[in-house]
Amino acid sequence: MLLPVGPIHYLIFATLLFAIGMYGALARRNAVAVLLSIELMFNGAAILFVTFARYLQIVQGFELAGQLFAIFIITVAAADAAVGLAIVVAVYRLRHTVQVDQIDLMKG
Amino acid sequence: MASLAWVVFALPAIAFLLIGLVTLSNPRLSSLISILAVAGSWVLALVVFAAVAGGARLEQGFPWLSIGPDAALPFGIRVDSLSAMMLVVVTTVSLLIQVYSLGYMAGDPGFARYYCFLSLFTFSMLGLVLAANLLTIFIFWEGVGVCSYLLIGHWFAKPEAAEAAKKAFVTTRFGDFGFLIGILLLFTITARLGEPTLDFARLAELAENGQLMTFGSGLVTVAAVLLFCGAIGKSAQFPLHVWLPDAMEGPTPVSALIHAATMVAAGVYLVARAFPLFETVPTALTVVAIIGGFTAIFAATMGLVANDIKRVMAYSTVSQLGYMMLGLGSGALVAGTFHLFTHAFFKALLFLTAGSVIHAIGTQDLREMGGLRRYMPITFATMGFAGAALAGIPPLSGFWSKDEVLAAAYSSGNWVLFLFAMITVFLTAFYMFRAWFMTFFGEWRGGRQESSIDVHAADAARIAQDVHGTHGAVHAAGGHAAPHGGAHAPGSTPHESPAVMSIPLLILLVPTLVSGFWALLGPASFAAFIEGKPEPFRFDPVVGGLSIVLAVLGIGLAYLIYGARAMRPISVQPLYELLAHKYWIDEIYNKIMDVVILAGAQLVFLFDLRVIDGIVDGIGRLAVGIGYTVRTLQSGRVQAYAMVVFGGLLVIMVFTTLLPLLGVGTR
Repeated sequence: MLLPVGPIHYLIFATLLFAIGMYGALARRNAVAVLLSIELMFNGAAILFVTFARYLQIVQGFELAGQLFAIFIITVAAADAAVGLAIVVAVYRLRHTVQVDQIDLMKG
Repeated sequence: MASLAWVVFALPAIAFLLIGLVTLSNPRLSSLISILAVAGSWVLALVVFAAVAGGARLEQGFPWLSIGPDAALPFGIRVDSLSAMMLVVVTTVSLLIQVYSLGYMAGDPGFARYYCFLSLFTFSMLGLVLAANLLTIFIFWEGVGVCSYLLIGHWFAKPEAAEAAKKAFVTTRFGDFGFLIGILLLFTITARLGEPTLDFARLAELAENGQLMTFGSGLVTVAAVLLFCGAIGKSAQFPLHVWLPDAMEGPTPVSALIHAATMVAAGVYLVARAFPLFETVPTALTVVAIIGGFTAIFAATMGLVANDIKRVMAYSTVSQLGYMMLGLGSGALVAGTFHLFTHAFFKALLFLTAGSVIHAIGTQDLREMGGLRRYMPITFATMGFAGAALAGIPPLSGFWSKDEVLAAAYSSGNWVLFLFAMITVFLTAFYMFRAWFMTFFGEWRGGRQESSIDVHAADAARIAQDVHGTHGAVHAAGGHAAPHGGAHAPGSTPHESPAVMSIPLLILLVPTLVSGFWALLGPASFAAFIEGKPEPFRFDPVVGGLSIVLAVLGIGLAYLIYGARAMRPISVQPLYELLAHKYWIDEIYNKIMDVVILAGAQLVFLFDLRVIDGIVDGIGRLAVGIGYTVRTLQSGRVQAYAMVVFGGLLVIMVFTTLLPLLGVGTR
């Protein structure tokens, strides 16, 4: 018997996606993997926006605001990935590594 | 007519500004301006004096500082018998000394500057004399102090002169400190009475009707004694007398003007001005009498052994100022001020004659003089008369005034002080005539042999060389100083000073001879003039006779030892040492400086090093330490930072969302 799919499932899914992304961003040593994890967090957030846009029609005339935000997030995430990968490539050329724990020039 | 006093006091100020700002490069014009100004002041002072003698009084001023709605400190002048008398004395002596300086200071490179400061001095002194309240008098009081500094240090290239100027200024400042506190205390007392005032007239009224004593006589006594502290400094009373003998490093006319006739009289004048205040508190008056009486004998003993002619005069000044204080302290305003009046003339004359001798032979050392009466008859005679006046030989001026002081001390019933005063009469006669006989009798001992240059010619030359910056040291040591303006070339016979110097001597001789008779004029006498009511001249035949006998004995002894050389001086070595070293007072003061001040400085230094620097360094170290600890947080690992960010986010969420949801922290 299948449970009907309600907003709570979307929210749990989005939160899990965000949490997995956060774990990856904090725990992985490879810079590319960190970038990928950040993409996951973006997407978790985007799903939250879409969910709330669908279930909470709060402000009259702005019903599509949440959906629009999701599209913005996808755009920004693309740009972010491009810039992030460019930086990773530049760092690799300079340091011959993409391990984030070895890139600690800012250590005080 | 009494309002002309404003002009009397403004003229020298104008002269000072004119010389200082315009004519400093022209010595001749500068001296002319200065002398014309003081001559104008003199004429107007006589007019004012005549008006005051005719009963005119003036009390004028303008608001100067206002403190709150009902307290103001006015700038005011007061013309009454006391200030009118002092106006005449100050302008007369200033005028004669400025004329005399034309000869004495001729050729000095600082001639214009000298006249500039003389004008400033005359202005300050006149302001001091005319001041109607304590604040005004304090301003001019400091003014004369500054002038004294400037004029003692006239030959500032000479280290002794620079040192003496500094000493005079600092020493008198000690007294002025007390003076200022006294002023503030009186202001506080009157402010608590509901009418803050520093006005002499008002203070006198308050003192006389007893209102000043509302908060007890102790406070008033302290205030009066503090005011007297100022007088101790300025009038060189014990224990602040040390600056006056050293001040003889200045040019002799300056010594005559400032350190004999006028400025040092300021202290006596202050006590006389505030006399109603002192009268209400007998303790303060006793302090004045004791300090005065002690200073009189104390300075006289030091004068016995001084070999510098100007120092003899300086000690005599200190001693005579002591007499004035004794007179005032004995409750006799007339006696103290009358001695102030006569002393100004004969002491100025004594200094000018000493200057004349120094000018002629180029040394101040009595042991290098002798036999000058043949070469300098005018100086010889005038110094003789002035010395006799100082010693108290009738009928010269000094006799009458000194006798009044003695009579006052006698009738005050303080036997020790009276005894001091009588011994001082003998000592005064002795040291004065010792100097006179050593200078003018015996054989000419040829001036200074080894370094053989006129004292002030040498100084002038040295300063000139310093100014022009050419081989100063070599030339000064080699004695290349050219004799100037009648200054005497060593080796040849001395001669009388030029007329511009000897005529002021003769003019000053007149008041020296006759000013004492003012005491005898009955209804027009000095006492009647000052007190406002005729008062018979008190002459005590016992006191008077005794003082004459003592004075004659002193002169006789001086003649036997130094004139006829029939006796050898009785020499008690330890006593001589004690006197010649001025009771070791300078040494004691230096020791006190060393011990107290240096120890205090050491303490303050350590405080600075440990506490102040400790705090400053500590703050620095704290910042460094915190930085050192906190820097470890900056690991340079992006993920560590992200951890902190998310951790922080979590904490915020817990506090803002979760806890309210669970109902924690809400009421």
